[in-house]
Amino acid sequence: MSELILPKRVYYTIFAILLLCTYLTWQLAYFDLGPLNTVAALGIAVFKSVLVVLFFMHAKYSTRLTWVVGIAGVFWLGILLALTMGDYLTRGWVN
Amino acid sequence: MPLPPQHYLNNGYGVKSWLLTRDHKRIALLYLAAVTFFFFIGGAFAVVIRLELATPAGDLVSDETYNKLFTMHGVMMVFFFLIPVIPAVLGNFLVPLMIGAKDLAFPKLNLASWYIYMLGGLFTLYALVTGGVDTGWTFYTPFSTVSSTTKVIPTALGIFITGFSSILTGLNFIVTIHRMRAPGMRWFRMPLFLWSMYATSLIFVLGTPVIAITVLLIAAERVFQFGFFDPARGGDPVLFQHLFWFYSHPAVYIMVLPSMGIVSEIVAAFCRKQVFGYEFVAFSSLAIAVLGFLVWGHHMFIAGESVYAALIFSILSFLVAIPSAVKVFNWTATMYKGSISWDTPMLYAIGFIGLFTVGGLTGLFLAAVGLDVHVTDTYFIIAHFHYIMVGGTIMGYLGGLHYWWPKISGRQYNEALAKLSAGIIFVGFNLTFFPQFVLGYLGMPRRYHAYPPEFQVLNVLSSAGASILGVGYLIPMVYLMWSLRYGKVAGSNPWGATGLEWTTTSPPPTDNFTQTPIVTQEPYVYPRVEGRVA
Repeated sequence: MSELILPKRVYYTIFAILLLCTYLTWQLAYFDLGPLNTVAALGIAVFKSVLVVLFFMHAKYSTRLTWVVGIAGVFWLGILLALTMGDYLTRGWVN
Repeated sequence: MPLPPQHYLNNGYGVKSWLLTRDHKRIALLYLAAVTFFFFIGGAFAVVIRLELATPAGDLVSDETYNKLFTMHGVMMVFFFLIPVIPAVLGNFLVPLMIGAKDLAFPKLNLASWYIYMLGGLFTLYALVTGGVDTGWTFYTPFSTVSSTTKVIPTALGIFITGFSSILTGLNFIVTIHRMRAPGMRWFRMPLFLWSMYATSLIFVLGTPVIAITVLLIAAERVFQFGFFDPARGGDPVLFQHLFWFYSHPAVYIMVLPSMGIVSEIVAAFCRKQVFGYEFVAFSSLAIAVLGFLVWGHHMFIAGESVYAALIFSILSFLVAIPSAVKVFNWTATMYKGSISWDTPMLYAIGFIGLFTVGGLTGLFLAAVGLDVHVTDTYFIIAHFHYIMVGGTIMGYLGGLHYWWPKISGRQYNEALAKLSAGIIFVGFNLTFFPQFVLGYLGMPRRYHAYPPEFQVLNVLSSAGASILGVGYLIPMVYLMWSLRYGKVAGSNPWGATGLEWTTTSPPPTDNFTQTPIVTQEPYVYPRVEGRVA
């Protein structure tokens, strides 16, 4: 199986974007966005991890089977988050 | 009849030939030695626990020591024996043989997984010899993060490291089963043990990272006081329980699914019949693996979980009973009008079906919120999960070990002793754990080293059963070791069973098969017995 070789500039560009996002997270921490504090920080973190998966882990250039495996992992994380939040968000429903 | 001149056991005798081997069969034996070591350490703790509980007063060990005893018993048995035992020993040995391959897809990764397992084990042993840990194997916060002064971090790191061994084994099995099946071995021609290993591997890969990161969070919380589980800093101790049980409930299926696969193989071979409803049994393994990920909240009904979440988790927990029952009914239907022979593996399989049924049905009690609230943290829970994890997993493992021992060693064990020990284990197990259902229902809490005198009779029964069970576990150690040198040569297929593993010599050659086998029919095609209706 031949190995995919991407131009170095792709990696440098992604690396620069990741650094920029880290800087953005840091700067955002100085602003009080209320309930959006966590949303903003997690949003940037998700964006960064998507970049890592797509370019550094070569998912963008991989087979459909690799995509299925990746999506299954994210789906399982979704199960963990959904049922856990199902607990947290409904605790106050009973007085 | 002599052993074959060339086989994997005589392909090199030096220490290096074992410690650097890439042969899946030798790696399976490395695992066999390691998990047996951890089993007897964990078993020794159980012996002291039961001795302490023979009298109502806490007179043998202090309460702190008792806390460490049940914690180390749980950690050793769960993470270093029950989870790896069948995949790493029998799975490693059999997956390539059953699909007609020379080895697993990644032999070096397979050896690496054994070293990682040993490294994790060393961390945990270090924790043990330097004072132990007292949090319970569940590491509940805030006790594990704030209060405990024992060796939480090395134990957590041991579990974290060992988790990678599981992930690599699961990955190896998934790729091997997808890519390396012999010509003609379609998915629905695979033996059911392979389906169960495949389902188990999915749980390994999808669930283990969560427990790894969860125990790492405990270490981080202790060292850096991040506050993940501290309400004073915006954290939540129940969040730990969510993360812990997201893996640790499916881990029960990591333990029991492989046993179910073994029982399917044994029941077919010793009833001389195709497994009734093969596709249903195969898919029920996958259904258990998937549904097993949706039920973890039933461990937290009294932990402050929302009642609405509890209702959802309760309903989902009941659903797991469906694929589990499919298996039990189908094994029973397979036996119906079969030509049953009562050799040792079949005794273990029958034992598994009975004990698993008791464990599974009492699990339904615990899925019901109202009843669960009554018995949570009592001996009812202890009895229930030991029926599944010991009565289920270990009975299946011992059945599989006896069934494939002639293939592994090339020799037959003493059948009379084997039947005797199977009987002793069954009796000892029930005497140990059945009284605990009653104790729990009457209100005896778990994890206490002293108890009211009215519980003594049942506790003495349980401790007596434990001593019988211990003897039952020691006997196979003796006759299996004895058989390695003095056992009768078994031949390639002593049981007359179907399956590719029985078409090669016993013990198999290093490359498993002299020619790549070609599969032309369904599994378990046994000649029809005259006068019987299938």
